[in-house]
Amino acid sequence: MSDIDEVADAGFDEWLDAAETGDAYCLECANGHGSLPPRRVCPDCGATNLEEIVLPETGEIETFTITHVPTPAFEQDAPYATAIANFGLVRITGQVVGVDPEAVETGLEVALEITVSETTGERVIGFQPVSP
Amino acid sequence: MANVRVAGTGLTAFGASPERTGRDLFAEASIAAFEDSGVHRDDVEGVLYGNFMGELAEHQGHQGPLMAEAAGVQAPATRFESACASSGAAVREAVKRIRTGEDDVLLVGGTERMTNLGTAGATEALAIAADDLWEVRAGTTFPGAYALMAQAYFDAFGGDREELAHIAVKNHDNALPNENAQYQRAIEVDDVLEAPPVSEPLGLYDACPVSDGASALVLTSEDYAAEHDLEAPVAITGTGQGGDRMALHDRDHLARSPAAREAGEEAYADAGIDAGDVEVAEVHDCFTIAEVLALEALDLEPIGEGISAARDGRTTADGELPVNLSGGLKAKGHPVGATGASQVAEMAMLLAGTHPNSDHVADATTGVTHNAGGTVASAMVHVLEVVA
Repeated sequence: MSDIDEVADAGFDEWLDAAETGDAYCLECANGHGSLPPRRVCPDCGATNLEEIVLPETGEIETFTITHVPTPAFEQDAPYATAIANFGLVRITGQVVGVDPEAVETGLEVALEITVSETTGERVIGFQPVSP
Repeated sequence: MANVRVAGTGLTAFGASPERTGRDLFAEASIAAFEDSGVHRDDVEGVLYGNFMGELAEHQGHQGPLMAEAAGVQAPATRFESACASSGAAVREAVKRIRTGEDDVLLVGGTERMTNLGTAGATEALAIAADDLWEVRAGTTFPGAYALMAQAYFDAFGGDREELAHIAVKNHDNALPNENAQYQRAIEVDDVLEAPPVSEPLGLYDACPVSDGASALVLTSEDYAAEHDLEAPVAITGTGQGGDRMALHDRDHLARSPAAREAGEEAYADAGIDAGDVEVAEVHDCFTIAEVLALEALDLEPIGEGISAARDGRTTADGELPVNLSGGLKAKGHPVGATGASQVAEMAMLLAGTHPNSDHVADATTGVTHNAGGTVASAMVHVLEVVA
């Protein structure tokens, strides 16, 4: 791995750190628009005073796919399910973990769980289904 | 406002030619465009050139001047990058420059060299049209992002893979007489349904191929065309551009393309037409679901009904609104930086009566092209009309 790969992406890597310890957040402007970091300006209204607010513990899958032909960074992970889940003010894209990809469905309730790529060992945003 | 004439079109064959450099491909397309136009290279005032992954595929940035040189043109050149809408963006800028009177003759086009990267490399390169931090690092591929939209569409409006398969079958049928098309072979619905999955619900035959190729257009002002007695019956009469959030998860709609709607409305208004006037369309069908989203965004099909258009024959070659008579990206191929200008070239030929599929639209005078970047965070729409 080259040195450049060891340099953090400020804002994003801090968010992953927080999510790993159960302290995930999103950004909210004074007008109530949510967004994900790193961001200095609300993309909805241009407000520049963004506050970190706690992300709800669970979200709901709005759409998903099972990827069989991955990029090289996920070569050994395929097939895997990727989903977009709604966490209130924001939606997040992540890989669904801890369940057979075929069992993933729209409406499934999930919690954030930072996982790693089997191929690269890099951290990946994951969604763990929440048992009813 | 004076119309912008399509004086000449040039396309390389689209397909796998991994050994050919981008500069060689664009040279071929531009030679064909100049020969078709009758315009002398000395009259060209600028080169507007689309390319997306040149740094990754060829270790080559700053491609504008390189491609002007390859085309034998002594004029300032700029590269436009807007993912798969790169040369659509170049066409739009050219139209605006000619309309203002700043320029009378421009060389416009694009090139992509992709197959030398291999499947994994091309998948990685295409993925960077998505948000690297929040989508690519979660394992989202380009087909994967469209699969997310396809599943969202099924959930919102119904529809199934079999209906999508009819789109692939239609576009392969349309490509049969197009000698520049990557796939000149017919497929059946079952071929699509039985193909290996790429990103479910999309399979191999729901996806456009990885392609090498180039496109070129010689665009001129109406005055220049008249003064030089050019054979240029088709004009670009409308241009529009729309934009949306980069990441799919940040969009208001997961199963619609608001950027394409915005671009379409702008282009229709610019040309003084409405969707009902469109007689033929070339839309960005990088995946079968993309054609559905495009038709609905351009108001050519009601929301939620675009998925049945091919199956029910509305958009087939002999239907009421033929779509992707070139074969579309699906069968013609999709060298991404070349695609937007290639759609304009195909449409100009269809309307001028010089395309192998022109007979299907013999009386048509109005067509529309739709070129999308990424998961339609960018969209460029152009209206072409027969004016002479």
